[in-house]
Amino acid sequence: METGVNYLLEFTYLVASILFILGIKGLSHPETARRGMFLAEAGMAAAIIGTLFHRGIITYEWIAAGLIIGSIVGALMAIWVPMTAMPQRTALSHAFGAFAAALVGIAEYTLHGGLSMPGFTRGALGFEVMLGALTTTGSLIAAGKLQGVIRGTPVQFKGQQVLNLLLFAGMVGCFVYSVVNPAASLYFYTMVGLGFLFGIMLVIPIGSADMPVVMSLLNSYAGLAAAATGFVLGNNVLIIAGTLDGFSGLILSILMCKAMNRSITNVLFGGFGAIIHAAGLDAVGEMREISLDDAAVRLAYASKVVFVPGYGLATAQAQHAVRELANALEERGVTVKYGIHPVAGRMPGHMNVLLAEANVPYGELYEMEQINPEFPSTDVAVVVGANDVVNPDARDNPDSPIAGMPILEVDKAKSVIVLKRGQGRGFSGLENPLFFKPVTSMLYGDAKSSLSQLAQEVKNV
Amino acid sequence: MEAINPAVLIASLSVFVLAAFLGYQLISRVPPLLHTPLMSATNAISGISLIGSMVIAGMHKVDFHALMAGGAVAKPSIATLLGFVAVITAATNVVGGFGITDRMLKMFQQRKKGVKGESK
Repeated sequence: METGVNYLLEFTYLVASILFILGIKGLSHPETARRGMFLAEAGMAAAIIGTLFHRGIITYEWIAAGLIIGSIVGALMAIWVPMTAMPQRTALSHAFGAFAAALVGIAEYTLHGGLSMPGFTRGALGFEVMLGALTTTGSLIAAGKLQGVIRGTPVQFKGQQVLNLLLFAGMVGCFVYSVVNPAASLYFYTMVGLGFLFGIMLVIPIGSADMPVVMSLLNSYAGLAAAATGFVLGNNVLIIAGTLDGFSGLILSILMCKAMNRSITNVLFGGFGAIIHAAGLDAVGEMREISLDDAAVRLAYASKVVFVPGYGLATAQAQHAVRELANALEERGVTVKYGIHPVAGRMPGHMNVLLAEANVPYGELYEMEQINPEFPSTDVAVVVGANDVVNPDARDNPDSPIAGMPILEVDKAKSVIVLKRGQGRGFSGLENPLFFKPVTSMLYGDAKSSLSQLAQEVKNV
Repeated sequence: MEAINPAVLIASLSVFVLAAFLGYQLISRVPPLLHTPLMSATNAISGISLIGSMVIAGMHKVDFHALMAGGAVAKPSIATLLGFVAVITAATNVVGGFGITDRMLKMFQQRKKGVKGESK
């Protein structure tokens, strides 16, 4: 009887694994994505319900209470978190996932102790807890930076790298020792503590502009921690789901690094975004300001306009205003497209989600490689809150700190209008020669109100 | 915990390696357009660690009186409490993750609402 239930449970987990895989497969196209997610949700529900019949469970109070609290918190987040806050929300969920993995590992350890476990299980458990702990605090710091609770600029001090190296060595040392020596529970718990500390130290030196990479990496760690949990518990669905999550994060971090032409080590330890004064200062000249009226006329009589959004679009919450202007232009017969840089915003795909929220059809959203050949035939490129991703220095100046980073080549358009709050620099602290080019005109002011006013003006032209 | 069976270990490793290959193939095909929903979807899916948390949270009878008295809390109680917290965070991820993913995916539309029809 008992084994019968167990086989049924294993079978349920198999079905759940298949549904998860189909779910992710659905994400290969926007048309099939929602259906795919329904499958994944069904798989999750089956796995949870099946687990309720697990023979090891003898009391339901804590499970029920936990499920209810978690569901309420999760549902509230799902309903209330604005799209502009998606990066923070995602960082927080990495922290939650990793924390759950770490707690399960620690709980297993308190239940069985190191002595009764085979060496391999001790290793997987230690790995799970170590990775879980550092991802928890690392993600919390990332979420804090994105939310603005913690300063987004890199926090750096003398001897930081040495201290981090020592912390890392200590953590790994405790991990290895607790695997080799089953009775060394003190070392195990020291490792947990060092893991939490190392997570903080790992993320505080990283600037907000590098968050797409950090987010992807933390995503990968959280997934791998869950996969390690699967090894400890001998549970395949955990291994599969965790591995899918881990690889998704890994692939995304590689893509993000490529889009910035930097290595992962450089992102983690480079402290990019600390004020860089030297390289860009010589790019001075005249910035030409343009009035709302002139900008509206230029847009209204264009035949092709490309919008290039950046993180400033999110901070100004200007996605609906962009759409408003685009609508006004399209009604006049202007072709409107959007050029999206892979690292625009604070997480992979951030800009796409914001524009989709404003009802921009995804057929108008173009990737960098698709839109770059189109700039020479573009009458007006409108840069909304983007800076480094349109900085021509990345292409032209080999001494620039961002040299080699692929950019959206808006400077090849017939004219460029840059919407900017003031004359300050971007997050990287770099001067942007685009702003001084003859084709470029600056439109100062809050992006949201500028765009709304432009939409009005265009309608009146 | 019983000593690990080499066959089980090999099976686990096989699953891991195959899942890694499959994951690479599947995720390479997700367009950048959907990278944010991808991240939140895989996150929700890895909330499957909820099932591990549930087993730990439900494994032992909890002596509430001892817990309330703040007296000697037996070892299983610590595990139960850790499991309980893990159930909360994992369930938050599952419900919040799937909820937000769906909210995002609903917004991705091929055609705009209304606009074209009106101008015709």
